Amino acid sequence: MIHLVKRPQPSRAWSYATPVLAVLMTMVAGGAMFAALGKDPVEVIRTIFWDPLFGEFAFYFRGQLLVKAAPLILIAVGLSLGFKAGIWNIGAEGQYILGAICGAAVGLAFYPMEARWLIFPLMIIAGALGGWAWAMIPAILKTRFNTNEILVSLLLVYVAEQLLAKMALGALRNPDGAGFPGSRNLSQYASASNPELIAGSGMHWGVVAALIAVIFGYVLFARHMWGFQIRLTGESPRAARFGGVKPTRLVIFCLGVSGALAGLAGLFEVAGPAGQISIDFNVGYGFTAIIVAFLGRLHPVGILLAGLLMALTYIGGEAAASNLGLPSAAIQAFQGMLLFFLLAVDVLTNYSLRFGKGEVA
Amino acid sequence: MSDARAPLLKLKGLTKAYPGVIANSDVSFEIGAGEVHALLGENGAGKSTLVKMIYGLVRPDSGSMAFRGSRYEPATPHAARNAGVAMVFQHFSLFNALDVAENIALGMENPPKQRALAARITEVSEAYGLPLDPSRLVGDLSAGERQRVEIIRCLLQDPKLLIMDEPTSVLTPQEVEILFKTLRQLSAEGTAILYISHKLEEIRSLCDAATILRLGKVVGECDPKATTARDMAEMMVGQTLHVPSRETTKPGDVALKVNDLTLQSASPFGTSLKNVSFEVRKGEVFGIGGVAGNGQDELLAALSGEVETGAGAVQLKGQSVGHLGPNERRAEGLLAAPEERLGHAAAPDMNLTENAMLTGHVRENLTNRGFLNWRAAKGFAEKVIADFDVRTPGPGNAARSLSGGNLQKFVIGREILQRPDVLVVNQPTWGVDASAAADIRQALLDLAANGAAVICISQDLDELMEISDNFAALNEGRLSKPRPAAGLTVDEIGLMMGGAHDMEAAHVA
Repeated sequence: MIHLVKRPQPSRAWSYATPVLAVLMTMVAGGAMFAALGKDPVEVIRTIFWDPLFGEFAFYFRGQLLVKAAPLILIAVGLSLGFKAGIWNIGAEGQYILGAICGAAVGLAFYPMEARWLIFPLMIIAGALGGWAWAMIPAILKTRFNTNEILVSLLLVYVAEQLLAKMALGALRNPDGAGFPGSRNLSQYASASNPELIAGSGMHWGVVAALIAVIFGYVLFARHMWGFQIRLTGESPRAARFGGVKPTRLVIFCLGVSGALAGLAGLFEVAGPAGQISIDFNVGYGFTAIIVAFLGRLHPVGILLAGLLMALTYIGGEAAASNLGLPSAAIQAFQGMLLFFLLAVDVLTNYSLRFGKGEVA
Repeated sequence: MSDARAPLLKLKGLTKAYPGVIANSDVSFEIGAGEVHALLGENGAGKSTLVKMIYGLVRPDSGSMAFRGSRYEPATPHAARNAGVAMVFQHFSLFNALDVAENIALGMENPPKQRALAARITEVSEAYGLPLDPSRLVGDLSAGERQRVEIIRCLLQDPKLLIMDEPTSVLTPQEVEILFKTLRQLSAEGTAILYISHKLEEIRSLCDAATILRLGKVVGECDPKATTARDMAEMMVGQTLHVPSRETTKPGDVALKVNDLTLQSASPFGTSLKNVSFEVRKGEVFGIGGVAGNGQDELLAALSGEVETGAGAVQLKGQSVGHLGPNERRAEGLLAAPEERLGHAAAPDMNLTENAMLTGHVRENLTNRGFLNWRAAKGFAEKVIADFDVRTPGPGNAARSLSGGNLQKFVIGREILQRPDVLVVNQPTWGVDASAAADIRQALLDLAANGAAVICISQDLDELMEISDNFAALNEGRLSKPRPAAGLTVDEIGLMMGGAHDMEAAHVA
């Protein structure tokens, strides 16, 4: 029989090794699934993990990698603050949508004025505020009425989706769009667009913001009292209170920052790669970022790597779906496996395995 | 003592090792029918492992047990109970929201109908002088009454051997007397009792024989009635005990004043504080006794600032601080060390440097505009480790990797080294070995001698009598009138703690 024995302290080595182990196990189990679907597992895995980086069309895929990874990283860094403290913002998707709506609305309000120095920064502020305000709803309900932030933030995603549809069909609809749903294309409006900074690189302002967020997160946790208080609250709420942490303030701070960062991600997306507010503007970055945050061990640098890896499975997965004829559900299952294995092997950080006869202790 | 020619329980060469520690090594002794046998030893001496083996919770690596003349190898507590062994644990396993009879039925294999069971409970409880109403909600009972529920649960199985683990730690002296009468009655009827404790005077008054454990080995057996408490203590500790000493100082100005503090407990089964008032002067040690769960945690939280009260309810050096949080109070010189070491005084998975930062950042200047100075925090942690003889490889180790006594020294040392004006400690030596406990008490006395006011909340009356200048007791959230500790008798202290908590005692009457 196998036993789990609690380690005297969490193993540092395992906390680095478990994500790698989880990826390897996902490749094995996923490979088995692909084989069962009648595909060559090695080819599928290669299409997902190798070709986008080093294959024939890598020059295109590498740019896509940054485009996909940036919002994931930006949102996940924000979520990791709350997750470390046991404050569960599951509604980043909604905050992302609200950020996009608010940012886009500001940009569209100025159309067709040409003043990039004014309009684009205003849009950034509006995007962050939109996400922040949407996250304040669960925050205030939690601190005032002790509601569950998981439920409230999640349900607000569906409200945000309705709002998005309403905006795409109503207030923000392109007046010159012949009645089609969707706003004007912001990427074609120079004062409000979020273009690639270096052509073909995929590098836009959102990527820059994601990198700044990673650095901000790193400094916060390593060096700042707030980061220390967040960790303390997650480790031991009673000790945190003894250490002078005000739980209410912490909830507002964590949900506020994660909402603002999700809102920023939405703004950069709508002004750049997506270009316009449309009914199906959101593609689940807010939910996938939850996986990214955990895959990155809630550590900013880990999240950076995890965001890139997750983007890779998206891009590679799409390529595998179109080139090899795999159903997209199989790709989603493959991504689900990644989170499953990650959580499963996580236990090795705090426990060691012992083989042998057991007893009741 | 009744006839003990054929031993009821015979242990021979019991050994049990865990990775890195030998909990029991070659333990042998015998208990006769009707004998009250004390198992004496410090925390970590191996008493718990030994009784867990007898009760079927742990299997010995080697050695044998015989019960009533035949081989005895219980694989589960169920098997142990069927053989006639019952145990009352130190920590009760009762459901607050259920009544007494329901709680007892939950622990039985084939519970009878509630009405029949209630009748049995009443019958047994009256027979043994432990009156208990089967229909009362457990959440409303005092600690002593809850213990009665556990004892009656055992007695309903008609055990031949009753194991009691530290039963008096939750009782007032009067309640202890009632319990002892019951135990003596059981013994006279032929039930043997294995009594685990480190309170020597109790053992001397109750037990017929004692086995002393140290570091997992039997280091002596004695007749407690014919051995002095001091001799037993030295056998238990293995060295001459250092008795804390203090220089008498003149009490100074009032350092902390608590003024009619009333506080609703946050938890439904907590104890609300009612009109608590006292004052502590510089250089004074103020002892607060009382049975656990009478408002100790709530009082500590109100003093540390974890719970805010009316501004004037807590006054530090003449200034109202009741509305301030923990860090603001630390800045003013009011520090605290809660009872629960892991998870309250320290974060278990954080290392000692981080735990030094936890309370030290205000007074030790470990931050600069919100940015943390880890190097200074590490230096502070190292100083605590060195000055208070904390046994650990270094400040990078997680709090939970330390033994209870070492972590407690770290927690107390962390507060003392911040030079408090007022220090509040709750259960400073709970679960700490005797020599570490003596060190901690000495450190508290030295702190007071240097002019600080010390408030020591504890359930260990011996400890409080040893270090306190003034004494008061918490009982159901009320604080008795403080009195000078010198000259207080056990009876007086017991009455301050609430006497027998209105539990009528059939034998006393």
